Amino acid sequence: MSAVSAPTEPVVRVSDLSVRVGTVEAVHSVGFELAAGRRTGLIGESGSGKTLTALAVMGLLPDGLSASGRAVYREQDLVALSEAELCRLRGDRLSMIFQEPLSALNPVQTIGEQVAEPLRLHRGLGGRESLARARELLERVQIPRAAEKLGQYPHQLSGGQRQRAMIAMAISCSPEVLIADEPTTALDVTVQAEVLRLLDRLVDEEGATLLLITHDLPVVAGLCDRVLVMYGGHLVEEGAVGEVFDSPRHPYTLALLESIPSLDQELPSGRFRAIPGAVPGLGQFPSGCPFRNRCPRATELCATMPALEGEGHRAACWHPAS
Amino acid sequence: MSEQPEMVFRARGVTKRFALPRQAPWLPRRFVAAVEEVSFEVLRGESLGIVGESGSGKTTLLKLLLGLEKPDAGELRYLGRSLRREVQVVFQDPVSALDPRLRVADIILEPLRVMGLREPRETRLHELLQAVGLPRAAAGRYPHEFSGGQRQRIAIARALAPRPRVLLADEPVSALDVSVRAQVLNLLLDLRRDFDLTLLLVSHDLGVVRHLCQRLLVMQSGRVVEAGETRRVFAAPAQPYTQLLLAAIPTLSQRRTA
Repeated sequence: MSAVSAPTEPVVRVSDLSVRVGTVEAVHSVGFELAAGRRTGLIGESGSGKTLTALAVMGLLPDGLSASGRAVYREQDLVALSEAELCRLRGDRLSMIFQEPLSALNPVQTIGEQVAEPLRLHRGLGGRESLARARELLERVQIPRAAEKLGQYPHQLSGGQRQRAMIAMAISCSPEVLIADEPTTALDVTVQAEVLRLLDRLVDEEGATLLLITHDLPVVAGLCDRVLVMYGGHLVEEGAVGEVFDSPRHPYTLALLESIPSLDQELPSGRFRAIPGAVPGLGQFPSGCPFRNRCPRATELCATMPALEGEGHRAACWHPAS
Repeated sequence: MSEQPEMVFRARGVTKRFALPRQAPWLPRRFVAAVEEVSFEVLRGESLGIVGESGSGKTTLLKLLLGLEKPDAGELRYLGRSLRREVQVVFQDPVSALDPRLRVADIILEPLRVMGLREPRETRLHELLQAVGLPRAAAGRYPHEFSGGQRQRIAIARALAPRPRVLLADEPVSALDVSVRAQVLNLLLDLRRDFDLTLLLVSHDLGVVRHLCQRLLVMQSGRVVEAGETRRVFAAPAQPYTQLLLAAIPTLSQRRTA
């Protein structure tokens, strides 16, 4: 039925990837593939491990955190590569857009220098040439008066413009894989809509493979064709957007979908659909299925973590919803 | 003809300007109007949403309502007896809104102490904890021992302590995990009903305002560009900016792949 499940060669193949924060395992042996030219949404709340998973793939885990397992990009295991080898790939073949451009950009470097930097590092362009390219890139991300912005500092730009500048920097070397971590969460809703449209167009033009990390399910619906759902450091569901959002199998995915209030219908029985309990802190999720202490379907079976099961649309649940 | 509803706040042509930093000492000071010529009423018992993006003036308006800022022009009146006691606020970030060194009991009862209200402390504390769905044992613990959603409950209990008639909530769920937001929103629904509260909700989240507020004000660049019954505004927004705002909300049914 869906053309979406047609097999394409994966660009990144993540398997058995775990991340430890000190002695606590925060990401538990996740595995997924990013198919060439596809857009995958990675959904999760705080503590779900979604950002740590992306940082581990990019080799950007902060000190004190360590990754094990594999994340293979073009026959190279990113988890095992040296920092020097990662530096050659990052910003060139693989790049990342962060949530808060004000802290991700260097406050004492001009926008022009920062957007030009990957071109100087990876393409060997000189100062003048790289700045000319940076200006084209700023125009491509629709920053008004691009020439003027080249010499300005991040604080002189609006939030939306800063995020556009970061996108310009990320696509400067036409990366094969683009990871965007909550790229629009800090933005106003109308600016978010513009930035998402821009990202959509650029990913298409570049033919890039996108991994979009967010807690916002509707954003994934509008931008992605596949979706991964994480909770408590586990990958609990994955599949085509249509299948997962229209017939979710994991009770967590179902509850998240139901908790989004409709804009054109009244609330059923006048109340918001709530998920009981709170998201536990790191290392405080229950053993076995991490959702079982909040799940209406949980039984003693759930004390053992189920495997991800299914073809194309997979879920890790003993009592799936559909 | 029904009886005229009682008014809680009345704003007439309220303007608030802020001085911009001087470009040079000899140049005249320039001002920016954060709230400009805003007029509206808040009726007793209603829930009013104030929506707008950053820079729209919604936070300045909230500060004006709380009496933390004075209008430069126009008139903003609270029509009850004591603004300080009867109008309480809940902020966005429950982490920075709670003193980490105080026990929950002291946090919740602080308004009573500061305002010199004589009430049996122990009874009131238990009433408040129960009202916001926290266990009695929470009283002796510190804020860091609680999750984000529970901390927001503590902040709400504190706001309720002096028995307010009006509750202002500034983005009360935006800092919370998606899966716990609905609990706090339901709590606000319950409290409104149980304590006959007038609710003013400042939010950029139109999905929340849609279901929590009967009426809304849409703000843009310091002005109220549209006001009306929530259902009517959502069904047929009159102003281009409101239309833009509503169209910008991502929904689950807008799919990239059909």
